[in-house]
Amino acid sequence: MTESQSSPIIKLVDVRKSYQMGALTTQVVQGISLDIHAGEYVCIMGPSGCGKSTLLNLLGCLDQPTSGDYFLGGKNVAHLDDDALSEVRCRNLGFIFQSYNLIQQLTVIENIAVPLYYRGASDKEMREKAERLAAQVGLSHRLHHKPNELSGGQQQRVAIARALVNDPLVILADEATGNLDSKSGQEILGIFDELNAQGKTLVFVTHDERMVRRCKRIVRLEDGVIAHDIPGGPAAPALAAAA
Amino acid sequence: MSFLARHPVLRLIASPQHLWRTVSLGLKTIWLHKLRSFLTALGVVFGVASVVAMLAIGEGASHEAQEQIKKLGSQNIILESVKPPDSQGGAAETRSMVIEYGLTARDIEQIRRTVPGISIVVPSRILTEIIWNLDRKVDGQIGGVLPIYPQMRNRRMLLGRFISDLEQQERLPVCVLNQSAAAKLFPLDTPTGKSVRVRGYYYKITGVIEDETKQGGGGGGGSSSSNSTAQIFIPDTTLNDQFGETFFRYKTGGFEAEKVAFHEAVVRVNDTAQVMSRAEAIKQILTTNHKKEDWRMIVPIELLRQAERTKQIFSIVLGSIAAISLLVGGIGIMNIMLASVTERTREIGIRRALGARQADIVLQFLIETTLLAGVGGVIGVVVGLAIPIAVSHFAGVTTVVKAWAPALAFSISVLTGIAFGIYPARRAARMNPVEALRHE
Ligand SMILES: Nc1ncnc2c1ncn2[C@@H]1O[C@H](COP(=O)(O)OP(=O)(O)O)[C@@H](O)[C@H]1O
Ligand SMILES: [Mg+2]
Repeated sequence: MTESQSSPIIKLVDVRKSYQMGALTTQVVQGISLDIHAGEYVCIMGPSGCGKSTLLNLLGCLDQPTSGDYFLGGKNVAHLDDDALSEVRCRNLGFIFQSYNLIQQLTVIENIAVPLYYRGASDKEMREKAERLAAQVGLSHRLHHKPNELSGGQQQRVAIARALVNDPLVILADEATGNLDSKSGQEILGIFDELNAQGKTLVFVTHDERMVRRCKRIVRLEDGVIAHDIPGGPAAPALAAAA
Repeated sequence: MSFLARHPVLRLIASPQHLWRTVSLGLKTIWLHKLRSFLTALGVVFGVASVVAMLAIGEGASHEAQEQIKKLGSQNIILESVKPPDSQGGAAETRSMVIEYGLTARDIEQIRRTVPGISIVVPSRILTEIIWNLDRKVDGQIGGVLPIYPQMRNRRMLLGRFISDLEQQERLPVCVLNQSAAAKLFPLDTPTGKSVRVRGYYYKITGVIEDETKQGGGGGGGSSSSNSTAQIFIPDTTLNDQFGETFFRYKTGGFEAEKVAFHEAVVRVNDTAQVMSRAEAIKQILTTNHKKEDWRMIVPIELLRQAERTKQIFSIVLGSIAAISLLVGGIGIMNIMLASVTERTREIGIRRALGARQADIVLQFLIETTLLAGVGGVIGVVVGLAIPIAVSHFAGVTTVVKAWAPALAFSISVLTGIAFGIYPARRAARMNPVEALRHE
């Protein structure tokens, strides 16, 4: 137990990311080292343009660092090829986006099953798991609806179910509550609390103070580096703002 | 190895369930944009339809030509007497003159003697006359022939028998009707055993022979069905006895007399390979004997060769049209798929974020284009099969649908879909996932 606790699920070692635009090189992530352990609930904060989304894309294996190492579940994924990265995304990572990003022509249950599809699951497994997760986020009565027939909060719940369907190591979200009204946002935050209580590891980029109060750890970025790494909790927003 | 086992293409082949899932996803997307899909597939529909239809019509024409030529006999050389063109224009003097032209006994004798490897020469004479059964009459032809005539011309007896050797030797007044003559003169009862009358002579009917297949002009796309002129055949000996060597024919402005020894002769060459050289030899004899162009030679095997050449040209033209229309159809598909890839950039990003590999995306789009082209191909085949049926029905042209033609056209449409789908599909797959996700 001590062994598994001591080895982090996510370990970044001096990760840098720069974009080349013509002759101009923009350093966006400028040397970040970070350990995140199983069961953590981390909020990444910081002013607009400081590199939060870029960092999250690196964590999500959607992008690769210019230099540095990234160990996900103990395996270095910083230099994998495209197919291997796809597989890592499929099996080990769950994504939740600000604008839900559901596939419009698919129904709720089909959307939830997409990651299973790319893992090569059978029809039966796809149906059973997708139904179970839809029930978990309270959408059993909307299985065959299309995304445009659902409210924002419902769509985000579909996205959460989809992120969970392959039982990933980490769930990543970029402004998950950013598009929601306060009541729907509250419901979604409740689901996140539940997931964390079940032991899921959550790494979220956010501006939402309510989320900051609930999380266990706050990582504040400024100009591509970690400015503060402090515990979350009811007093955290003030702390983070003051820091 | 697990990489190989998980490769999307292999997975698709290995699992029918997975294949069906991918295909049904493609069908769903196509169905989502019904009108656009239909318009996109239209190019392929027209391409495939025109290929199938034109193949059927071309095949029909060539089939018809070949049937006719087969009837004429591929071992045969047919000689015909032709009224020379300069004897028709003469006004006052020709009216009173007897026009003499055509194949002569000397020609026939010379051919028989000097050309080796020919088994028989069948001279026959044909007259235009009115044929009577009691008070029923029909304008038709009376031909003096040898008993071997049906075998030579591949004509089947429908009823009774043809003229026998004995009847020919004894110069008996017997005859065989063709189907048209039988139908017109004996619409209600069997003609065998009864008699018909021509110019006061009576002929006892021994049988009914099928109608002659008309020779198509030049062999290629000759428009023809069967020759429905009423004909009766009597022994050549009988014809000579009764009608002599000079025939009179009524013509506007007066009677016209013509003297023709043989209207037609058929030479059968023993070896098919020798037909052309024998034809050449006969041509030389006739050219030497005749100063005027009063004869004509038809070599069915040469017609067959011409028909084949025509068919070849037809196929090349068809092939080009097919290639062009499918090219246009393919470009149409590619165009729409490129637009669709742009439109669905976000979806591609989502799928990539959720674990789709590049190969998965390629496959998804490729299956979509292939289905689009395939559905277009199916509609095209149906339309393409309907056209020849309509053409046959309304224009009376024979069409032949070979089983391979729709299959070929359909396969080409599918290949078109794949060929023109690869570029858009690869473009979709190679998009940067992060940028694709940001796409509005
Ligand atoms: N693909 C890219 N090419 C060039 N610059 C980029 C690219 N992506 C992000 N950036 C730049 O990196 C910086 C950080 O962007 P981002 O991570 O989206 O910030 P945040 O999410 O914290 O607002 C911005 O200045 C942005 O312009
Ligand atoms: Mg951002």
